Amino acid sequence: MNSVTQDTAPQTIQLTYREAIRAALREALQKDDRVFLMGEDVGRYGGAFGVSKGLLQEFGSDRIMDTPLCESGFTGAGIGAALGGMRPIVEVMTVNFSLLAADQILNTAATYLHMSGGLFNVPLVIRMGTGGGKQLAAQHSRSLEGWYAHIPGIKVLTPAVLEDARGMLWAALEDPDPVLIFENTLLYTMQGEVSVPAQPVDIRYAKIRRAGNDVTLISYGASLFKALEAAETLAQSGIEAEVIDLRTLRPLDEATVLASVCKTHRAVIIDEGWRSGSIAAEISARIMEHGFYDLDAPVERICAEEVPMPYAYHLEQAALPQPAAIVQAVQRMVTRHG
Amino acid sequence: MKKKTAAPTDSAPSTTAQHWLELLHQMLRIRRFEDKCAELYSAGKIRGFLHLYNGEEAVAVGIMQALQPVDAIVATYREHGQALARGISMPAVMAEMYGKQSGCCRGRGGSMHLFDRNQRFYGGNAIVGGGLPLAVGLALADKKLSRQQVTCCFFGDGAVVEGEFHEALNLAALWQVPVLFVCENNQYAMGTALQYSHSNINLAQKADSYGIDHAVVDGMDVLAVEAAAQQAVNVVRNQVKPFFLECITYRFRAHSMFDPELYREKAEVEQWQKRCPIATLFGRLQTQGWLSDAAWNQLNQTVDQEINAAIAAAETSLWEPVEDLTRFVYSDPRATS
Repeated sequence: MNSVTQDTAPQTIQLTYREAIRAALREALQKDDRVFLMGEDVGRYGGAFGVSKGLLQEFGSDRIMDTPLCESGFTGAGIGAALGGMRPIVEVMTVNFSLLAADQILNTAATYLHMSGGLFNVPLVIRMGTGGGKQLAAQHSRSLEGWYAHIPGIKVLTPAVLEDARGMLWAALEDPDPVLIFENTLLYTMQGEVSVPAQPVDIRYAKIRRAGNDVTLISYGASLFKALEAAETLAQSGIEAEVIDLRTLRPLDEATVLASVCKTHRAVIIDEGWRSGSIAAEISARIMEHGFYDLDAPVERICAEEVPMPYAYHLEQAALPQPAAIVQAVQRMVTRHG
Repeated sequence: MKKKTAAPTDSAPSTTAQHWLELLHQMLRIRRFEDKCAELYSAGKIRGFLHLYNGEEAVAVGIMQALQPVDAIVATYREHGQALARGISMPAVMAEMYGKQSGCCRGRGGSMHLFDRNQRFYGGNAIVGGGLPLAVGLALADKKLSRQQVTCCFFGDGAVVEGEFHEALNLAALWQVPVLFVCENNQYAMGTALQYSHSNINLAQKADSYGIDHAVVDGMDVLAVEAAAQQAVNVVRNQVKPFFLECITYRFRAHSMFDPELYREKAEVEQWQKRCPIATLFGRLQTQGWLSDAAWNQLNQTVDQEINAAIAAAETSLWEPVEDLTRFVYSDPRATS
């Protein structure tokens, strides 16, 4: 990494998403002695996705703790350590395995502050990989961030861009309550420029990643890039899409979504979760509740097909949201309700 | 039955006598408090689930003697005894059962979720086995911060077959963290007896398989529990490692207020009632000549007064305003959904 210079204009450096998270972990470990990382294979192996590679050598085994395969056990231990004054970062390899820790996340972390009448908050950060697209079949390809966003008491972050991959971790650590960070595993190799020094990020707000007046594409995580790709295609036929990166699924920044829909009068939600009971359904409902009279067309949703993720490439791609489907949905809206 | 204690004198009760009387007092206030709770439940003052501890008082009271104020407690949904023995004020516990604002959790927890920051009382977990990983984490923080503190985790025999028990014991042993696992073996996981739940009913052997030091004690004998707890806590605090203490005990009342007790014979309950921990200690005190009728009456009066005052306070306590319904979901009240 480049050294930080104080006296010149902000510089930028090239990083991958994986390196951005590693940089964030390193900075957090340096800044706060209470921070430690624990999870399966985070140390000697270097992280299942290579995110924590080298950190064990740099910080030692008290700060980078390899755990046995016991998601409920070490997630619960993270809750306890947070209550005991530490600032643990628990890495659950992927969201699929987080189901083994669902008791601790839902029944304990999410409820603790409320059940105790405000006596005990749980400053815990849980990071996990999410998403499909790597031909890993049904048990390794889930996108359950929307499902977690159903639960009051936890916050759900979905960094899509490099600045967020780097900045959201510290924001989560500063939060007094449990925060879940979902890292779409397709993004780990994404490369780009980020500013040096890192700027703090505000996790309360969604961000407009592309401005436009004709339709609002609402997305998060890896699907954001499908929305942006669709927006470029639409631009060729003169349709300017506004693309919103939700960034945080709970609490949801409803205001940014509604302000955009008020301007464009059309909304398409792109979500790698299944349609039924999804975060896409929630956003759609909120637009109906608060933005109905601004709409020129029914809200559309491009979600994953309602099927456990198949292994074969062509089947998996057919199950996932694709830019072509987003383009078609927008064109349908404009044609029918133009 | 006779203990190696100094001969009693009428004028100045020995330290031992005073201590035994205090143990009796603590067990009695739990017993009477809960008897009253059962009445209040029938009267509709307390609702939801109510899991009573009658018969098991020696465990909570005995264990608490070995703990210090800096130590932490993680308990289960049957935790009125632990809460009172630890020192959470009775009015705060009673008001919580009422669901009132002056309850220790402002009416958001109820009987199963009692918490107290000053007493380092971390609930009140109503998921069987759910508290064990949390206890390991509290102990991990103590170890990382080099604090000579003990985390004491209560759970029942039912939790021992949960995966979280095994995950937590493995982690505690692997990390060598200062946690005292107290298994309250009351013979039944709700209505399922030990032999129908466990392939091996020797519970301490399970701790042994993780390389965790362990002991088994008669949970109906408060003096035995106290002595065993002292030894166990010494190991945990001084050697910074986990310990598993199994207390063999019995629940005299039903599992909850909805339990018709179809799974056990009355004769069995009566057999265990003969070993009532309060009656046992009462008998010992009498044998020693340390408890006069007047002192016994006085003790009962003190307990009744405390309970009546707690009820009176709960009755007059305010309800939490409905406008505050979504308070304490997040620390920052602006965050909602």
